[in-house]
Amino acid sequence: MSAPTDPVVQEQPGFVVELEQFSGPLDLLLHLINEDELDITDLPIAKIADQFLAVINELGLNQAADYLEMAARLLRIKAQLLLPRRLGDDEWEDPRAGLVRRLLEYQQIRELVDWLAQAAARRAEQFGRGFRPEPPEAPPAPLVIDLNDLLAAAERVIALIPEPVLHRVVPRPLDVEGATARIEALLAERERCGWLEVVGERPSLVDVLSAFIALLELAKRGALRLSQDGPFTPIVIQRESPREAA
Amino acid sequence: MSPLAKLLEAALFASSRPLTVGELSTLEPHAGEGAVHTGLAEIRAVYAAQDHGIELVEIAQGWQFLTRREYAEAIDRAQFALRPRRLSPAALETLAIIAYRQPVGRGEVDEIRGVDSGAVIDKLIERGLVEVVTRGEGLGRPLLYGTTPQFLEILGLKDLDELPRLDELSVALRPPAPTEPE
Repeated sequence: MSAPTDPVVQEQPGFVVELEQFSGPLDLLLHLINEDELDITDLPIAKIADQFLAVINELGLNQAADYLEMAARLLRIKAQLLLPRRLGDDEWEDPRAGLVRRLLEYQQIRELVDWLAQAAARRAEQFGRGFRPEPPEAPPAPLVIDLNDLLAAAERVIALIPEPVLHRVVPRPLDVEGATARIEALLAERERCGWLEVVGERPSLVDVLSAFIALLELAKRGALRLSQDGPFTPIVIQRESPREAA
Repeated sequence: MSPLAKLLEAALFASSRPLTVGELSTLEPHAGEGAVHTGLAEIRAVYAAQDHGIELVEIAQGWQFLTRREYAEAIDRAQFALRPRRLSPAALETLAIIAYRQPVGRGEVDEIRGVDSGAVIDKLIERGLVEVVTRGEGLGRPLLYGTTPQFLEILGLKDLDELPRLDELSVALRPPAPTEPE
């Protein structure tokens, strides 16, 4: 370790995990319990919580989620124990019970770990032929498949590929000329006509647009006059023939 | 030794891994598994009586010739063979949980250890000690893990029954007794 005056040491380390020292928050808790020879089934939670927080701060573990979660759990149990409870309340459950159970379970695992480590150490005293410390994983068995099966499988995969959705742009040119001809034919017969007569009963959008542009164009040319009595009232189309005006 | 015993001896010498009785009985089509057992006992007795540097050991559901313990140090020092890398406490914890709870999902291992065990499990799979054995019921059908014959081999166990029974441990887990309020 560098001298405490070293500025690098002063900085808060971003993420430090003392990996080999404790294998997790339960391990650390057990360590604290064993160190103080505490009764695991009657844990002095306040004391343990304080010690736990102190140690994870010291080791820089206070940024590791697993340890933080345990710290939060300890503080919650501590708070729950402070809540007043009525005497003879049968519903009351010791908030420590869940943690104690986990600790006991973990302690059991630790005991098994010792057993496994001893067994492994004992086994390591004997060598087999062509001893390989870590035999590589066997590669997956070669795929046995005939051509027909392969083709059938490929077809099944291909069938699963969705049809590409293409938006087709269909040209729908406005038929202004047609509309112009229709309006001229109408006005040749009579002097005035209505909008619906120009576009018909059930006009499409294209028909409406074509007719409207044709009307504006004819009006501009002075072939007809458009009038409307008020907003949203029917448009009246009136012939304005230069021949008649003359 | 009987002809079958000599054949078994040759096969066991040639193999670098434990051979099961089933595998050994394919050597001689007419010999049943009973005869193989007899042959193995014969080899064992010969190697014990004539005081050899190797012995026939029952391990990982099979049989294998291994060097005797007393020569481990000399062989190790001369670097004729490598000792396996020791497993980390995290790896042993995870192995212990998987060995006793198999088939077991990652969630349960995480829960018991109190830490995320994904990376450790991946490493154990890589070392061939743990494998996916099935998928569990429930959300996402989690992968369930179990131990491999390789696990038995690195521990020198015949089978999983040789692991200590949970009630033999000093910390036997019992259902939580209801706590009496003071």
